[in-house]
Amino acid sequence: MRQLAGEFFMNGDIACAEGAISAGCRFFAGYPITPATEIAERMAERLPEVGGLFIQMEDELASMNAILGASWGGVKSMTATSGPGFSLMMENFGLGIMLETPCVLANVQRAGPSTGLPTLVAQGDMMQARWGAHGCYSVIALSPGSPQEMYDYTIKAFNLSEKYRLPVLLMADAAVGHMSEKVVIPPPDDIKLFSRRKPTVPPEKYLPYQPGADLVPPMAIAGEGYRFHVTGLTHDERGYPVMTAEAQDKLIRRLVGKIEQNQDDIIEIESDWLDDAEVVVCAYGISARIAKFAVERAREEGIKAGMLKLVTVWPFPEQTIRQLAKKIKAFVVPEINCGQISLEVERCAGGAAATVLVPHMGGGVHRPETIVEAIRKAAR
Amino acid sequence: MIQAMERHPMDAYLRTDRLPHIWCPGCGLGTIVHCFLIGLLKSGLNPDKVAVVSGIGCTGRAAGYIKLDSFHTTHGRAIPFATGLKLANPDLKVVVISGDGDIVSIGGNHFIHAARRNIDLTVLCVNNFNYGMTGGQLGPTTPLTARTTTSPYGNYEQPFNIPYLAAASGAVYVARWTAYHVTRLQKAITEALLKKGFSLVEAISPCPTVYGRLNRMPTGLEHMKYYKDNSLIKEGADPREVDIKLNGQIVCGKFVDIERPTFTDLRNETLRQHKDK
Repeated sequence: MRQLAGEFFMNGDIACAEGAISAGCRFFAGYPITPATEIAERMAERLPEVGGLFIQMEDELASMNAILGASWGGVKSMTATSGPGFSLMMENFGLGIMLETPCVLANVQRAGPSTGLPTLVAQGDMMQARWGAHGCYSVIALSPGSPQEMYDYTIKAFNLSEKYRLPVLLMADAAVGHMSEKVVIPPPDDIKLFSRRKPTVPPEKYLPYQPGADLVPPMAIAGEGYRFHVTGLTHDERGYPVMTAEAQDKLIRRLVGKIEQNQDDIIEIESDWLDDAEVVVCAYGISARIAKFAVERAREEGIKAGMLKLVTVWPFPEQTIRQLAKKIKAFVVPEINCGQISLEVERCAGGAAATVLVPHMGGGVHRPETIVEAIRKAAR
Repeated sequence: MIQAMERHPMDAYLRTDRLPHIWCPGCGLGTIVHCFLIGLLKSGLNPDKVAVVSGIGCTGRAAGYIKLDSFHTTHGRAIPFATGLKLANPDLKVVVISGDGDIVSIGGNHFIHAARRNIDLTVLCVNNFNYGMTGGQLGPTTPLTARTTTSPYGNYEQPFNIPYLAAASGAVYVARWTAYHVTRLQKAITEALLKKGFSLVEAISPCPTVYGRLNRMPTGLEHMKYYKDNSLIKEGADPREVDIKLNGQIVCGKFVDIERPTFTDLRNETLRQHKDK
């Protein structure tokens, strides 16, 4: 078993793969796609060294299914893709939500729609991450802004997926995936890992979807004698299909509720200079790095600017935005799309503070000056 | 006087609390699931180490009635799900039970690639020549000129010959039987379960309710008589020559039984050689 530890110079995609290995991921199924391919390449090389298995599937539909199957086989699993592949994975991302299957899906975003700009950055899939599969459900999505965060957040993603039993999304982007920087990998013993709760009752008493107080049911794996059934159909605690509005109501409320009820444990934000801030820049991923630089510049000019970085974008930190809105003039939201998370900020601000979108259509990142100018205007 | 049986001999392997099933009178699926369970018991495999994965459709419901670890997945995706399950947990015998539309239309790409890789899976593909669950639409196996709700003037698409597709893609075991040939179907299932690598059993099934009604065979009994009178048992037949025409002959038998290293064999050998260097 060979796990890395120490300081390394690596790009974000490779850091993501190493984060997965540190998190205990031992199964990767994927399909090549720019700018996420390096994750698959690294996993192909590294998984055999740690007793894991890599398989290149025929497409992204198959990749997503294979990692669900592997998870039910008892192995932590992941896949990685970008826009067009993300669209294909949505079908079985929904299956993963419905079967409550722990696994991680990394989306190294590029500009779309369609083939778009395969090698260039965008953050255009943030709403697809939230709503891309049909139906009603809740998701967890993290957004890293550096190779170090690619490593750290991949581990977080695995832990959250195991704890809350769902596919967790790592919403990276081409800039972060292809950027090389120092990455510190701690010794394996220093990394906190969480593994899914297993059933403690004998098979004849096991109900696959009987949740605990946290609304998360313990998970049996295939081959242990539980002889359980799981289905993408609306089901009851036994995992049996029930085609009624009542069963749908109960199941969906729990699937949404297990994220909502535990959001204090799930949501993570980083903030700077919020105490006296009049203008707060809310950003995530690569944009948060540039935004932080812009906030520092604004502060130098004497503007009371603050920074709110979303580590988890979904579930959205509604309470934080609501409370901030009461005491500030405006939110400034730079994102590399034509306005996605800004809509959430605006919704939660509820008119108490203005929301200023600083859009970028993709293919590059914001110039800090553009964000500084937006802060200046909002502060007036 | 006929007495109702309190228990079915296969009850230990059925989710009896889910019965009665949703399949129509005259459908072959009850018979085929029964054949699968007998074939499984005869294989001597430990049922706790056997998992069933189904896709969507009438046959897709099989996973819900079989009391093993069972997964009812999305349309066409049973094979890649099963691939992940098998590779992550090699002690399992993983069986895919799904219909012709699921396996060779929407899931056709997964089917040929799993066969190409020779993933150690058994696929039981129930072919009823149409999409029954949605009311009898044209499928990838609908014979030329057959009527379905989406081929109201008669089908003008060339259908797939499933054994040929499987053999050409690399399956190491390929057999076809009908719901009429219960003992032969059971035997084929046992053989397929014990075969290492990608095995395929095609089970031809009556769909009297929709396909049959639209093609002048509206009862299960008529289907059974048709299978009895028109099946030609031809062990070792060339898979290229076993295509099925409307009201034509159905060639049955074991067509392929060969040895070929599996995905896992080749992977392990490659990694071992790399280590030795």
